[in-house]
Amino acid sequence: MSTLNAQPVGAPTPPDALPQTLNSGKCGMLCLIASEITFFGTLLAVYLFYIGKDPVGTPTPAEMLDVSVAPLKVVFNSIFLLTSSIWITLAVRQLARGNIKAFAVWWLLTILFGLEFLVGTGFEWYGLIAEQGFTIRTNLFGSGFYTVVGFHAAHVTIGLFLLSLVFVLTCLGKMHQRHTEKVELLSWYWHFVDGIWIVVFTIVYIIGH
Amino acid sequence: MTTLDHPGNPTRIKPTFLGRMHEWIATADHKKLGVMYVTTGLIFFLIGGLEATMMRWQLAVPGSTLLSPSDFNRLFTMHGTTMVFLVGMPILLGVANYFVPLQIGARDLAFPRLNAFGFWLFFFGGLLLYFSYFGAQGLYGMGSAPDVGWFAYAPLTERTYSRGHSTDYWILGLLVSSFGSIATGINLITTILTMRCRGMTLMKMPLLVWLMLIDAVLIMIAMPPLAAAQVMLLFDRLLGAHFFDVQGGGSAILWQNLFWFFGHPEVYILILPAFAYVSEIIPVFCRKVIFGYPLMVAATVSIGFISLGVWVHHLFALGLSPMVNTIFMGSTMLIAIPTGIKMFNWVGTMVGGKIRFDTPMLFSTGFLALFLIGGLTGIMLSVVPFDWQVSDSYFVVGHFHYVLFGGLVFSIFAAIYYWFPKVTGRMMNEALGKWQFWLLFLGFNLTFGPMHVSGMLGMPRRIYTYHADRGWDLWNLLSSIGVLVQIAGVAFFVWNVIHSLRKGREAGADPWDAWTLEWSTASPPPDYNFEEIPEVYSRRPLWDIKHPDDPDWKYE
Ligand code: HEM
Ligand SMILES: [Cu+2]
Repeated sequence: MSTLNAQPVGAPTPPDALPQTLNSGKCGMLCLIASEITFFGTLLAVYLFYIGKDPVGTPTPAEMLDVSVAPLKVVFNSIFLLTSSIWITLAVRQLARGNIKAFAVWWLLTILFGLEFLVGTGFEWYGLIAEQGFTIRTNLFGSGFYTVVGFHAAHVTIGLFLLSLVFVLTCLGKMHQRHTEKVELLSWYWHFVDGIWIVVFTIVYIIGH
Repeated sequence: MTTLDHPGNPTRIKPTFLGRMHEWIATADHKKLGVMYVTTGLIFFLIGGLEATMMRWQLAVPGSTLLSPSDFNRLFTMHGTTMVFLVGMPILLGVANYFVPLQIGARDLAFPRLNAFGFWLFFFGGLLLYFSYFGAQGLYGMGSAPDVGWFAYAPLTERTYSRGHSTDYWILGLLVSSFGSIATGINLITTILTMRCRGMTLMKMPLLVWLMLIDAVLIMIAMPPLAAAQVMLLFDRLLGAHFFDVQGGGSAILWQNLFWFFGHPEVYILILPAFAYVSEIIPVFCRKVIFGYPLMVAATVSIGFISLGVWVHHLFALGLSPMVNTIFMGSTMLIAIPTGIKMFNWVGTMVGGKIRFDTPMLFSTGFLALFLIGGLTGIMLSVVPFDWQVSDSYFVVGHFHYVLFGGLVFSIFAAIYYWFPKVTGRMMNEALGKWQFWLLFLGFNLTFGPMHVSGMLGMPRRIYTYHADRGWDLWNLLSSIGVLVQIAGVAFFVWNVIHSLRKGREAGADPWDAWTLEWSTASPPPDYNFEEIPEVYSRRPLWDIKHPDDPDWKYE
């Protein structure tokens, strides 16, 4: 039916109905992030609901969570995670200009900063679990804490895996300017992981403390 | 676009059986996946129907001992879970898979491989759920299929009360398959927003596309919370967390809220596709444009919004504060308004139309009648004092079967009769179709009508038997007899499918003289859907071509 393409006499020229700014990659990533937000939203709502409802009482968040500003403690780690968002933005900007070398440097910095966060979380958990015997079974607070923070850390891990994949491809000389958009989408995911950490931190380490 | 051979092209080599299997298993084509979704869904429909039949058999007379109480618990759990997650979901995703790209003039979904991945997640999730019949015994040597009800209330699902692994299978099977649904939902949203052909602005999209867009948004918003709740439950069971463990301070009420925050949108996820099918079918068989298209779109969007804010009507009997109950009574009644608008618009389309009662239209009309009854009992239930009387009784079972069976399943049959010619190139048999419709219609009302009475007489749902002196005997017997009639109806359907696949009349591209783009291409459509990507000027592109003297774009 080729007639489907012929403009009938007198018909208004059809506009291109599609938005210019939203292609399928962007739309898909935004939807993924939206569904992730409702997932985390549910976990966080449950966490909020259970604050102060622990029948066992001890240990409390105040006893367990160290919010002092010291190296490898949570505040310190958070700064690393959040600044990695800046590095990834700079990296994408360099790729858009075709500076592969500069891209690689900023990208690696992003990975290292993310890694620091993960290692820091590892130390925190090691201290809690191995030294203080505080686990997911201990009480309601433990259940919520490990679930929320654990799911976030899992997302950081997935993010780091994908970031490293891009880095390896860069080292192999496979990354070019034309990949800017895909890399940018990955950076959106990374921003989401960082952004949700602000919420997690606020709820777990400040409100619930 | 590697293959350019048309179906029926004489030079095409006939593939071997293995070759054909490989073609289906490795496919990322939206049409093949659509067919696989619907076929799997229909097979699960027969399984779920078998489970229902066994329950009705047990309940036909008082004091029956055909099934043990625990078998009965497993049956209603598996029946509900199957029908919602393994019948409703795949069929709606399958039809959307097949027809959304065709209706918007695209060659596939936005992410074809993700689409295939979604299907296989659903498929193996379903198998995992059913594997519980064999695998759930675990080391405890206890348990078989899940027996905690389709909404799996805590603390019954905690390790203390649900030994063995049956509940773990329920969690994992649904978790896997709902991940597939979320992926496909995202895929559909992206496809609809970014892949429409030239000229198809949002307000020129067929209503099916609009409804599936809102449906996919609901999937994207409402299914992750279920996944989160299930993960927490899984952590309770496997790692010893305390989320829903009441001894450890966990809250059973929280689970109910989380489940129904998903659960109510879910019932709308199931019914929006039904609205979609009849919105496509009724205009074609009344030879009129749909009445009030913009209003239909507005009603769809507002249903999407409101359905996220009514879940507490499933918790009226819980004893929340009168304030909360009143608010949710209000929001629940509110949702009846856009739903009512839709009913009026369908009826408005029929009024003054030249109605042809072919089987698709017959089922659509059946849908209108039965969904109306279900909607009205829904409004009765939204009134808190009334709900307190009949909550958890057979009245509720009657309500949701009128909306889900009378609504969703009838519209699915309408859709199958309507689009079967497009998918297979052959018409379904009209005579068999009419037999199926009338048997199903009769059997359905015989089964589910009396449930309103037995419910008002106080019969609770989910009991495996009852005493003879309660006055429930007659109503239960009628319900069970109705099942036999329904089985006959479904048998006609199966016969019709097998018969029509082999001997059905050749359909041609456009057997119903319809107006949307899927009818402009061959039946079955070639792999690439359209030789050239179409351009549209109105909501009914094929009408414009068939009637160049009086095209729609002059009026829209
Ligand atoms: C006019 C619109 C509707 C209203 C006002 C309404 C209202 C209600 C209420 C108040 C209940 C809770 C009854 C109880 O448990 O005590 C209920 C249950 C239910 N409704 Fe509706 N409903 C409507 C439409 C629908 C639709 C369209 C569907 C699905 C297609 C649906 C599916 C269900 C299901 C599955 C249940 C029972 C769930 C269960 O307990 O297992 N309803 N409805
Ligand atoms: Cu509801």
